[in-house]
Amino acid sequence: MLIIEDLKVEVQGKTILEHIDLEVPPGKTYILFGPNGSGKTSLLMAIMGFSGYKVVKGKICFKGEDITNLPINERARMGIGMSFQRPPSIDGVKVRDILKICGAKDDEVNELASNVHFLEFMDRDVNVGFSGGEIKRSELLQLMAQSPDLLLFDEPESGVDLENISLIGNAINYLLKGISQGKREYCTYKERSTRKRSGLIITHTGHILNYVDADMANVLYNGRIACQGNPREILRGISVHGYGECIRCLNNCNK
Amino acid sequence: MSKQLQQIDVEKFIHEGGEHPYIDDLNQIPADDQQRMILAGIDVSEEERSGTYIQEDHSVVHCKTRQDGLEVLDINTALERYEWLRDYMWRAVNPDTDEFTRMANHISHYGYFIRALPGARSLYPVQACLYLKTENLSQNVHNIVIADEGSELHIITGCSTSKDLSAGLHIGISEFYVKKGAKLSFTMIHNWSEGVVVRPRSITVVEEDAQFINNFIILNPVKSLQMYPTTYMEGPRGVVRYNSILVTPPGSHVDAGGRVYLRKEGCRAEIISRTITTGGHIIARGHLIGEVPGIRAHLECKGLILGDGVIHAIPELEGRSEGLEMSHEAAVGRIAQEEIEYLMARGLSEEEATSVIVRGFLNVDIQGLPPQLQKEIDKAIQKGEKEFF
Repeated sequence: MLIIEDLKVEVQGKTILEHIDLEVPPGKTYILFGPNGSGKTSLLMAIMGFSGYKVVKGKICFKGEDITNLPINERARMGIGMSFQRPPSIDGVKVRDILKICGAKDDEVNELASNVHFLEFMDRDVNVGFSGGEIKRSELLQLMAQSPDLLLFDEPESGVDLENISLIGNAINYLLKGISQGKREYCTYKERSTRKRSGLIITHTGHILNYVDADMANVLYNGRIACQGNPREILRGISVHGYGECIRCLNNCNK
Repeated sequence: MSKQLQQIDVEKFIHEGGEHPYIDDLNQIPADDQQRMILAGIDVSEEERSGTYIQEDHSVVHCKTRQDGLEVLDINTALERYEWLRDYMWRAVNPDTDEFTRMANHISHYGYFIRALPGARSLYPVQACLYLKTENLSQNVHNIVIADEGSELHIITGCSTSKDLSAGLHIGISEFYVKKGAKLSFTMIHNWSEGVVVRPRSITVVEEDAQFINNFIILNPVKSLQMYPTTYMEGPRGVVRYNSILVTPPGSHVDAGGRVYLRKEGCRAEIISRTITTGGHIIARGHLIGEVPGIRAHLECKGLILGDGVIHAIPELEGRSEGLEMSHEAAVGRIAQEEIEYLMARGLSEEEATSVIVRGFLNVDIQGLPPQLQKEIDKAIQKGEKEFF
């Protein structure tokens, strides 16, 4: 689905990511761990094609096509969708409007919104005055309308209270499963195993693993992928040893 | 005032002529003119209007009241009918303010008188249209609006010109009196042409517990428009809102805004402007004067520069007492790349994203406005957009 080869990304002339190799196969959900400032968000922004995240080396392929130099909207049309951690507010553009932009039909909008308890926000300006949790719900809602094949989530659990985190986790599960309008029920194991979509989820704390089953995890440290492995094991490692362990790992790899 | 504005020579415009016959049915207005009026928010079917006043050049061509409790007259007829109305003429506006008020005092060509009787509520807005049709004419009108005690009155005024008019001058003296507990909304949509000079001079007096909402929309070319409508809040607990949506294409010069004197306890005022230049010059003013403790006032001007134009935002806060709260935010610039790319990530092209953001920018939800009028404003903006993109 997504193959990244030897990617080097600069932001304002400074190298942020280097030697990134990453493959997310169809139907698999990958986790991206990493401390603050390790380049997690930059990697997602580069995959999405945002200006300011300049690919100076390597390439990004999606569905077998080299998308390294495609404009953002082309990538979106090919089936990449992203849930932003800190999306901009847009004055005068209603949540209802942006859902239609994402591809929802008039009669679907309210149904989608009720899935994530967001009906009362439909006539609010996008992200204007939204709390952390409201932003997440708005982002997930937009992805539901967009229905992409590769879903990029930038810290979907940050700023979300405990009560809502299962709602977010569940919405992510449905998105990954390819059902955007499902009833709000927990996915069964079998349903999870029939995922058709791919996901790449940034998490700082790992809380989201309590709700979303992931197939693989990568740790990004200092702009490089430090290790890859079982998500729960890696999370346990980070919880016990901290990211300091990654330095040793990186050093070993470089030897 | 900027240099460009001082060069207007009022003497070169003509005051004679511009006479037109009365029209009973608005459908008899030539299609071209109708189209121009519709762009300024006029409903020629009159179905969703509580009254209509239409003045072409120097003639009142249509005047009708369609609801009890409201009254729409031309100002000359009204002055003949009501002796007391003389007290309201030039009470709020000083005829000696400038050359334009002096001229309108000296030579006047009608204008409207719109009144809501005590406790009356307009079911639909009353519409008024001031239309310039004859080349190089000066149209000097004097309007008086009275929302009597406890009434609710909504007015939509469309000002326009015939399609090919190359020069003209419109001077509009307007005096608004919003009595105790009354609510007046005044929505003005301008749809002039490139050679027209416009000088509205408006003063509003708001009494206790009364509300005044003033909306001004100009999206199409005008040679030069300058106004600084002012409200005096003379009673406690009044609420005043000025909303302006200004777009200037190349060659347009618009200097507009609002000024509010908050003079009694519990008064609140808000001035909001959204301005876009696609090549013209905008001076977006706002001035709030708080004179007593406990008043609250907020000013917000936001401008987008799309092209080689100028936006000069001049927000002023003047606190003259302890214990008042006044604030402003102003921003002038371009569309944030981040916003464009966010929408691109949802599938829009760069051009589409830009136009969605611009449309949103102009989409001001006006508190206290009936939904129907909000719809008219949205409609005007939608139509206007087609012309400036």
